[in-house]
Amino acid sequence: MSFLTYLINGISLGSVYALIALGYTMVYGIAKMLNFAHGDVIMIGAFTTYTICSTMGLHPVIGVLAAVVVCTVLGMAIEKIAYKPLRKASSSLAVLITAIGVSYLLQNVALLIFGANSKSFTSVISMEPIRLAGGQLSITGETLVTILSCIVIMIGLMLFINKTKAGQAMLAVSEDKGAAQLMGINVNGTIALTFAIGSALAAIAGVLLCSAYPSLTPYTGSMPGIKAFVAAVFGGIGSIPGAFIGGILLGIIEIFGKAYISSQMADAIVFGVLIVVLLVKPTGLLGKNIQEKV
Amino acid sequence: MKTKFKMTKNFKNNLITYGMVIGAYVVIQILSGTGNISSLMKGMLVPLCTYTILAVSLNLTVGILGELSLGHAGFMCVGAFTSAFFSKCMGIVAPDMPGAIRFFIAILIGAVTAGLFGILIGIPVLRLKGDYLAIVTLAFGEIIKNLVNILNVGLDENGLHISFTSAMDVKMSENGTFIIKGAQGITGTPNDSTFTIGIILLLITLFIVLNLINSRTGRAIMAIRDNTIAAESVGINITKYKLMAFSISAALAGVAGVLYAHNLSTLTAQPKNFGYNMSIMILVFVVLGGIGSIRGSMIAAVILTLLPELLRGLKDYRMLIYAIVLIVMMLFNWAPKCIEWRERFITKIKSGKKKKEVS
Repeated sequence: MSFLTYLINGISLGSVYALIALGYTMVYGIAKMLNFAHGDVIMIGAFTTYTICSTMGLHPVIGVLAAVVVCTVLGMAIEKIAYKPLRKASSSLAVLITAIGVSYLLQNVALLIFGANSKSFTSVISMEPIRLAGGQLSITGETLVTILSCIVIMIGLMLFINKTKAGQAMLAVSEDKGAAQLMGINVNGTIALTFAIGSALAAIAGVLLCSAYPSLTPYTGSMPGIKAFVAAVFGGIGSIPGAFIGGILLGIIEIFGKAYISSQMADAIVFGVLIVVLLVKPTGLLGKNIQEKV
Repeated sequence: MKTKFKMTKNFKNNLITYGMVIGAYVVIQILSGTGNISSLMKGMLVPLCTYTILAVSLNLTVGILGELSLGHAGFMCVGAFTSAFFSKCMGIVAPDMPGAIRFFIAILIGAVTAGLFGILIGIPVLRLKGDYLAIVTLAFGEIIKNLVNILNVGLDENGLHISFTSAMDVKMSENGTFIIKGAQGITGTPNDSTFTIGIILLLITLFIVLNLINSRTGRAIMAIRDNTIAAESVGINITKYKLMAFSISAALAGVAGVLYAHNLSTLTAQPKNFGYNMSIMILVFVVLGGIGSIRGSMIAAVILTLLPELLRGLKDYRMLIYAIVLIVMMLFNWAPKCIEWRERFITKIKSGKKKKEVS
């Protein structure tokens, strides 16, 4: 039974990673940049919900909606101010460092407003744990909601990308920016939309993460952010199903590593698996292998 | 004749770089001799050397080899821990050993082990490209930090005892001592690092890197950076040169680690000093100073290390301002529109001067 419990916990943690990884992978696919500030958007989302629900005492649904709105606006603003001017820069490293600067900025703004002390986040989910197999297997409401919302979002996102015009535009821009522009696609608008969707997902991920692991500090987002980035690379960065699979697998590996091998070595195991996967399949599980031709 | 002229130009350029370091050293020595330097600044001197060496060594990977490495702090961690381990063991086994010789061997050990790790990690990593390479170096850095954090080593009359599980499992006799105690790290490393040694190590680093860049090897490495396929087709051994640059860069990071470790009485592997945050910090020095510009990364390292200290008066706002300064500087330096505007501004000033001369 403990095996099943670990598996479900792993899938739950993996769902959060998958949601964050979706943001990384979409932004990478379209803007070809590693958005290091993505992890901190999660933290801002969680703090927004914390303020609305715990400080103001409003309903959790309002809190989650507010987090989504705040993060969407934040994501678009960051893109507009910090990343867009550097899109045509001579080195792709420039925008990477700017993203790191944005990450420091968000952390320190949160530090100034909320302080360095860890806040205890009240879960937005008020659901009794489900007991199965005569009480041996108990699934908390948080776990269930996390997994379900991840699946719903994943399906919604796939439908959006494959069935709507905006989604098709995103695909086109990720393949070839110049050609997409010639076809009359608003490239800047599409990139902004990508950041908006990625940040909205990050907000939801932040709320779910902090519901399951209720300690909230200005640095809460950075480690899950890096792990989700690893998940995105693991599944093949730029691929949306890849981010989903990578996230879930990473969550399962982390929980199993903690449970069966060593809790202190969990991070080393996660990163070790990533290295092995990339050495065998250098572009990740579902990544496309593009050969450079002369 | 032409090639000779070029050589001297390079040589002159290098002399300016060395001169800057020596000049800074002399100025600081005079200032501290006359007592015009605060104790806070004095404490910053060795870390400044450490960070400058790190920035120069990472520039070899990022600027000259053209591969993004996010695990540079991992090599620093290897250098720091192996050398501190050696120094502490020597302190117990051979307390009579002169400090200078011990520190010299410690530096060699730190550099060699970090270089070996560079080769070991480089062989698989350098097969990958671009962002995948970056993430794998990040992963290796985190693994090194994680393993060091759970490593326990004890020393008694029977030799060394190593355990990766807990301090209780080391199983040494009663009069043994812990060298590395898990997350508590190494305590009581001799404080051998001084500003003078730091500057000497920095000069050696510069000597190695600058000579490498201007050598046949360096040109081969830069050819690989500019076009791998073209370089391969003219017979350059890609793997060999890539590995060479990567391991030299790692060894120099190890030297910085030795300097870092022997400046602290307690050495622990935390996310702050050996995690990816540190690697990113070094990368910021390199990119802000100008990718491939050795002098630029030195200046950026000094300014960005001092900036948070200089802003200390602003208390809580200092890291916020640091972040804003970083973003603004990046935009100003790299955004095509800003570059265009800057150029127009400069030509305006120049043409204005000319007009005055004419009139």
